[in-house]
Amino acid sequence: MSKDWPLWEVFVRSKNGLEHRHFGSLHAADAEMALENARDVYTRRNEGVSIWVVESKHITASNPEHNAELFEPAQDKVYRHPTFYDIPDEIKHM
Amino acid sequence: MSEDQIKNLEAQFEARIARDEKIEPKDWMPEKYRQTHIRQISQHAHSEIVGMLPEGNWITRAPSLRRKVALLAKVQDEAGHGLYLYSACETLGVSREELYDQLHTGKAKYSSIFNYPTITWADIGAIGWLVDGAAIINQVPLCNTSFGPYARAMIRVCKEESFHQRQGYEIMMTLANGTPEQKEMAQDALNRWWWPSLMMFGPTDAESVHTAQSMKWKLKRKTNDELRQQFVDQTVPQAELIGLTIPDDDLKWNDKRKSYDFGPIDWDEFWQVVKGHGPMNKERMNARVSAWENGEWVRDAAVAYADKQKEYKSKQAV
Ligand SMILES: [Fe+2]
Ligand SMILES: [Fe+2]
Repeated sequence: MSKDWPLWEVFVRSKNGLEHRHFGSLHAADAEMALENARDVYTRRNEGVSIWVVESKHITASNPEHNAELFEPAQDKVYRHPTFYDIPDEIKHM
Repeated sequence: MSEDQIKNLEAQFEARIARDEKIEPKDWMPEKYRQTHIRQISQHAHSEIVGMLPEGNWITRAPSLRRKVALLAKVQDEAGHGLYLYSACETLGVSREELYDQLHTGKAKYSSIFNYPTITWADIGAIGWLVDGAAIINQVPLCNTSFGPYARAMIRVCKEESFHQRQGYEIMMTLANGTPEQKEMAQDALNRWWWPSLMMFGPTDAESVHTAQSMKWKLKRKTNDELRQQFVDQTVPQAELIGLTIPDDDLKWNDKRKSYDFGPIDWDEFWQVVKGHGPMNKERMNARVSAWENGEWVRDAAVAYADKQKEYKSKQAV
C-alpha cells in the first residue's frame, strides 16, 4: 500500500503569556500522531507548554511576488505613527 | 523569462544575500541555489540519521544507567536533527520520500565518519568528543547561512550539540582516569577516530571545488583547512588534560603561527570510504534500508487507522 504521511506545521507556545510560534514541520498519519511527534521532535527540553498542529495543505500563504502591492502601500502612511504629529515640548507624557 | 531578466533577478538575489537578508522558501531563487541547498541540507539530514547507527549499537550495553540515559537522549537528539533538516529541505520542493529514496539507493551521500565501526565502549566517548566536536565547528557558522529554514534548523541543532560533546569527553576522561586497561581502551579509540575526524572537514582547500560559491551563499564562512586547524588547536589541549596522546608524530606547537602543525592526512582512505569501500558502508545502508522496509506495515497501519477515524467522524456528523 505505502501511502505517504502528510506534512504538518507545528506551532509551540513556549510559556503562558506568549503566542504560539512556528517551530517547523513534520510528517504524521493524523492529527493526534502529529501532536505526539511534535512533542518528541520540538519540545525535548521544555521548549513548550502548548502545541498546535495543522496540516500544511490548509495554510494559505501570500506570494512574495505580490509583496509590492501588499506591503508597500503602508510605507508612505507616516500619519499612522505618533511622531507625525506636532505637539508643544511642554507636553511630557503623550 | 528572457535571459536578461534572469540575470537581473540573479544580481538582485546575490545583493540580498550580501546585505545579510535571508532567503525564504517561496522567494525567487536561482535553480543552482535550490539544487545546491537540497543537496547540502539533505546530506546533512542523512548524516544525522545514519549517525544514530554506530551509537545505537551501544545503548543496550552502556556501562551504567547514567551513561545509558545520556546516550539514549543524544541519539534521540540526532533523530531530531535529521527531522529538522529534512523538513527544512522539503520547503525547497522536494518530498521526504524522494530524499529517503536518494539515501537508500546510494544516490545521496552522508558523512563518511559513520562508516567506521564502534568496537568498544570508548568509541562512544570518542564519537561524542571528536565527531560531535568537529560537527559543531562545521555547524556553528551555518546558524547565519542565507537560507532561512536551514539557518533556523541549525540554531536548534547547535543548541543541542554541546551536551553531546561534553558527555563524550566525560566518558573519555573517566576511562583515562580508570584502570590501565580502561585507559588503553580510551587511547585506542582516540587512535582510530582521530584521523577520520580530521577528514570530516572535507578535502583541502586546493582540492575543494565549491568553496567560492559556498562562501557567497554563506553555506561556508571559513575554508575546510581553517576549520580543521581550529579543531586541532582546540582538541590537542583537551587530550593532554586527560593524559591521552594524539596519534600523530608530526604534531607540534608552532609558536610563529600560534597553532599546531600536524601530519599529512591519508586522502586515499577518505576517498575510498566516500566511494563506499569503508569498513561499515554496506552494513550502515543495510541497517537503514531494513529499518525503513520493516517499518512499512506500521506506517501503512497508521494511515489505515487515520482513514477509518476520518470516515467514522464524517458518518457521525451526518
Ligand atoms: Fe546532530
Ligand atoms: Fe550530536
